[in-house]
Amino acid sequence: MRKTLLLLIILAILLAIPLVASSYVLGIFIMVFFFALIGQGWNILCGYTGHISLGHSLFVGIGAYISTCLYLSFGLTPWIGMILGGSGAFLVGILMGYLGFRFGIRGIYFVLLTIAFAEISRLIALHMQFLGSFSGLFLDFQPSFYNMQFRSNVPYYYVILGLCIFSIVIVKALERSKMGLYFIAIRESEEAAWSLGVNIFRYKVYAVGISAFVTALGGTFYANYLFHLHPNGIMGVGLSIELILCPLIGGPGTAFGPLIGSFILTPLAEISRAYFSKGGLEGLHLAIYGFLTILVVLFLPKGVSFYLQRLVEGFLPGNSSV
Amino acid sequence: MLLRVAQLTLMGVLAGGIYGLTAMGLSLIFGVMKVINFAHGQLMVIGMFLTYWILMTFGVDPIFSFLIAALIVFSLGYFFQALLINRIIGFPVASQVLVLIGLGLIIENVLLLVFGPDHRSVNTSLSLKTFWVAGLMVDVARLATFVLAMAIAVSLFLFVKKTDAGRALRAAADNRLGARLAGINVNRVQNICFGMGAATAAAAGAFLTALMPINPHMGHTFTMTAFIIVILGGMGNMKGALVGGIILGVAEALSTLYLLPSLKQIVSFAILIGIMLWRPQGLFGEKS
Repeated sequence: MRKTLLLLIILAILLAIPLVASSYVLGIFIMVFFFALIGQGWNILCGYTGHISLGHSLFVGIGAYISTCLYLSFGLTPWIGMILGGSGAFLVGILMGYLGFRFGIRGIYFVLLTIAFAEISRLIALHMQFLGSFSGLFLDFQPSFYNMQFRSNVPYYYVILGLCIFSIVIVKALERSKMGLYFIAIRESEEAAWSLGVNIFRYKVYAVGISAFVTALGGTFYANYLFHLHPNGIMGVGLSIELILCPLIGGPGTAFGPLIGSFILTPLAEISRAYFSKGGLEGLHLAIYGFLTILVVLFLPKGVSFYLQRLVEGFLPGNSSV
Repeated sequence: MLLRVAQLTLMGVLAGGIYGLTAMGLSLIFGVMKVINFAHGQLMVIGMFLTYWILMTFGVDPIFSFLIAALIVFSLGYFFQALLINRIIGFPVASQVLVLIGLGLIIENVLLLVFGPDHRSVNTSLSLKTFWVAGLMVDVARLATFVLAMAIAVSLFLFVKKTDAGRALRAAADNRLGARLAGINVNRVQNICFGMGAATAAAAGAFLTALMPINPHMGHTFTMTAFIIVILGGMGNMKGALVGGIILGVAEALSTLYLLPSLKQIVSFAILIGIMLWRPQGLFGEKS
């Protein structure tokens, strides 16, 4: 009960932020929710079933390219393009999961399979005239609700906030469903889950598909927020690494982990990027990322949200339920 | 056409030898620690920049200075293992991967801070020297580095098979507890092992400095290439890594007959997916 109240208060604050924040600050919040969203997508597969993907930028790219190409060629609104992009990513995810799990690939081999899929797609995208080849694809700025392009950061803020909440709702629903329980059973022990009659192959494939769908939503948003798509940026290993750090630091396998992690990491990255790049220190924020990652794995292996939750429960006596 | 295929094959073999050397280091580290070194390419790039720096400052040619680079990176690797990686042995795969990716990010960006983002290329005493054999052009620098890479690979192999330290290494790889019971300081063996794996990567990097422009962001590509080779040859199999390197070098070189050079990596990734789906233990690995 009190927990619901706390969530409502946080939601009210988040909804009110555009009333007070400057456009620059709003831009940082938008990136926070963007990384929380694609991190949540990763979290569905990796946090819940334990199969690590290092190629999730592939799905960001698919979401971005499908909606953008449909918009540029047929004038289709990105709002529908987003769903089609997500569905495309879902299908690719299903294919990848089917191929990988059909042959019993797991652990480090699965990690490499995901990298291989993402890198092959990136290289192919880089050589397609249709996608602007080496200079990338540019969107014309024609602000309207139909085009999902806006003059100010405020509408973008609400769009990405909505998507981010949507992703959390999906994960919460998943946690309460049978499928979510199967995912967790697979993470804890595939053999045990299998011996209890869980169709582990099917549920692992579903996990990749759902995860890809959510991640691709972020891709469409990215395209319409930044107006420029380049395969190296949007399908590269760099983005794949960046997007897993938020759920990892926040707490993998929790619904709020990616958001909490993103609130810690993204402002840090944005501010240090802006601050250090002036002094010719552009790589420093990534070095800090690396350092933080190591510290978190060594000292906070369950992620920040685990400790935060204990803290919150300390303040809310008489409510120990999760 | 036949001549062109032969020429490309030769170039592929020469490049593949250096690939194989890097992959051997990765394979050695995996064989002993069961840890996948996601920072391998970055260690290689350290070797490149050390070689570059030595050449620019003291004018020492890479075919000699690779020893210094390897020695420095050996100490770095020893230090990383002692400080960091010994702590994460036995962690879930995900955590290990993340720690090494973190390490790679630190290395890459520290190099970026020190040397800047520009591509740098060097001229060595052997650059652009060629000779002809049976209608094939042989690049002297490539041949020299190939021979050196093979020499290092063979001595590494002999070290692991014939010396006491190598036996300790293999014991630790087989059974950590057993090795410890037999009085082997397993942590120290692992430090040395990671150091050696890093040093072979650095030596390979030093050789490549003479052959291609370098920049701080090259690490990922080399890490991936080394992985593909290790999986092709069988995880933890050093001979497999060497042969796998040459196969991959030739495959990439021959692919330029049909594909743009910028697309040649697709061939390696396709090989990776193929080998994982149909023969995950690798060409030379035994079925587990």
